[in-house]
Amino acid sequence: MAETAKNEEVSDVVPSTAETTAEVEAVLDAPVDRGEPILQVRNLVKHFPLTQGILFKKQIGAVKAVDGVSFDLYKGETLGIVGESGCGKSTVAKLLMTLETATSGEVFYKGQDITKLSGRALKAVRRNIQMVFQDPYTSLNPRMTVGDIIGEPFDIHPEVAPKGDRRKRVQELLDVVGLNPEYINRYPHQFSGGQRQRIGIARGLALNPEVIICDEPVSALDVSVQAQVINLMEKLQNEFELSYVFIAHDLSIVRHISDRVGVMYLGKMAEIGTDSEIYDHPTHPYTQALLSAVPVPDPAAREGRERIILTGDVPSPANPPSGCRFRTRCWKAQDKCAEEVPLLAVPEVFAGKKTLAAHDSACHFAEERDVVHAA
Amino acid sequence: MPEKTLPHETTVPEAVSTAMKSGAGKPRSLGQDAWRELRGSWLFWSSGVLLVLFIVMAAFPTLFTGVDPRQADLRGHYLAPPNWSHFFEADWFGYNGQGQSVYARTVHGARASIIVGVCVTLAVTVIGGLVGMLAGYFGGWVDALLSRLTDIFFGIPLLLGALTLLQAFTHRTAWTVSLGLATFGWMQIARVMRGAVITQKQADFVTAARALGAGTGRILFRHILPNVIGPVIVVATIALGGYISTEATLSYLGIGLQDPVVSWGVDISAAQSQLRDAPHVLLVPASFLSLTVLAFILLGDAVRDALDPKLR
Ligand SMILES: Nc1ncnc2c1ncn2[C@@H]1O[C@H](COP(=O)(O)OP(=O)(O)OP(=O)(O)O)[C@@H](O)[C@H]1O
Ligand code: SF4
Ligand SMILES: [Mg+2]
Repeated sequence: MAETAKNEEVSDVVPSTAETTAEVEAVLDAPVDRGEPILQVRNLVKHFPLTQGILFKKQIGAVKAVDGVSFDLYKGETLGIVGESGCGKSTVAKLLMTLETATSGEVFYKGQDITKLSGRALKAVRRNIQMVFQDPYTSLNPRMTVGDIIGEPFDIHPEVAPKGDRRKRVQELLDVVGLNPEYINRYPHQFSGGQRQRIGIARGLALNPEVIICDEPVSALDVSVQAQVINLMEKLQNEFELSYVFIAHDLSIVRHISDRVGVMYLGKMAEIGTDSEIYDHPTHPYTQALLSAVPVPDPAAREGRERIILTGDVPSPANPPSGCRFRTRCWKAQDKCAEEVPLLAVPEVFAGKKTLAAHDSACHFAEERDVVHAA
Repeated sequence: MPEKTLPHETTVPEAVSTAMKSGAGKPRSLGQDAWRELRGSWLFWSSGVLLVLFIVMAAFPTLFTGVDPRQADLRGHYLAPPNWSHFFEADWFGYNGQGQSVYARTVHGARASIIVGVCVTLAVTVIGGLVGMLAGYFGGWVDALLSRLTDIFFGIPLLLGALTLLQAFTHRTAWTVSLGLATFGWMQIARVMRGAVITQKQADFVTAARALGAGTGRILFRHILPNVIGPVIVVATIALGGYISTEATLSYLGIGLQDPVVSWGVDISAAQSQLRDAPHVLLVPASFLSLTVLAFILLGDAVRDALDPKLR
């Protein structure tokens, strides 16, 4: 399965030639124009070994949590990544943050492969790529004051703010995310979920990063609070020219905020494209099924709409199906689907055509099917 | 390096400047908050006063009594009962089977007992805490190695281990006894610590700290330690009393502190045979021991609660 990943080309990335730490740091801090790629992910793979035995561990297999994922993130945009629970979204986030070491593949930040960096260069990456976590109740240390939580980035990267300046910077950050700057001596438990998530966002902003990875930043919040937090994130994006990777398990949440959307299934990207390409012209059966389940506000549209109900469970990532990973649940599956892994590319039927359906979709039998609007 | 700054760099928002002027935003840390909390806690003050009293007693016993604890007058005072109204006098708590003043012996016994109790507890907390923290945090072969080591030591009863080790010393003081007890007493804390660290190291706030570029030291001591110290403090302070009584047992078996040394343990063991005839000989040092242990447990409770912002 991984072998097919190899025939995808990597040549589109111009890797940086920086060698010394200082050169790497210069590359990482170089400015990028709006609309240029800032993060380029190529054939990213993460296998968690399954072991047996306590003292002498024997590998008996691997959970293929992420198995050959490629995408680009452009400066100033939001890329939504959507998929069911367990499809590897958080693992992708951790790989982008270099919190996990990739089994193979590259993550280029401004052309610099960050998967193999260490020491000072890695610290410089941390300044530039930050993360907002899913659960605001566990992502803040309960025994630290808000001032210490938001000020910690400055303790770790003292070059970002001189010591005397930190309290002011922390209070500014609180103000930026819409919290009272007098709250610096409070503890996380004294805040609501939405407020805590704002604290988490302030911490992520402290180092002036260019990219923020948001792993389901609103799924733990009340629906009413979700919109507020998403609006805040959009405001911050415009203000600080941030690029977001916005992970969610549901297409409806990312629709509002994303410029482009990638749909993941079982460790692979099934389909990726702009907002209207994915929502209005999906060509992958999995995306179509997901979209058919999204609630539609317009009752007239709801009437004639067909709902695609997927049968069966998601297969285990330790033992994924051969060929197309979706074939065990796909109503269009044929022999070819079991034999050949469909590549993530513009499907042949649409190649060269001027239609929104001509976007990357990993399906042998990609075709349009309007599932959102009245059939 | 390009200039990247928050736009608010030059213009301080109004809310921030008022917050800074009002002083309400003067930053405090967990430690400062904990100390403020402790200062207002009666538990802290009552246990603190008791402990200071015992520690002064241990350091300067002659402030409390001028009587020599080793001076024996068998004929005159054999198991003489206490005179409860003779405060601070030699016969306040009566005499023991050797005709020695129980009051003088209890005052002078504080030193050895408190040294053993405090030293063993500190050593055990540091050793066990470190072993548990390293095993839990690093996992893998470090954990395998340290956990097996813990298991091996767990297999040896505290008393038996200390007994065997102390036999090697011909001259035994409170320090050697502490060494013997600490060597075989750290495993429980190591286990408590390891479990707590394993739970905490998976917390998102630890991942967040790593994502910021925090080093191992910062993660262990700023993030994990404050969140695992509570149960360790409880286990350690409760165990403290156990160490003082184990010292007593060792002395009773003739392998702990040796005779010219006065300790509560030595006296408690010696008094057991005369419990029926003269209970005061046992009860007085035993009560002092219980009070010391209680004071430490209360202090540990107060500190643990002060370190938990949710309880404020
Ligand atoms: N440290 C790990 N060791 C072993 N397996 C892991 C590890 N982390 C994740 N996995 C496995 O990898 C797969 C993908 O996990 P991941 O957390 O990335 O999913 P997800 O898409 O974020 O799901 P969710 O929506 O539930 O957060 C799962 O099958 C999970 O069990
Ligand atoms: S490749 Fe085959 S199994 Fe996979 S989605 Fe397309 S039709 Fe379905
Ligand atoms: Mg997840």
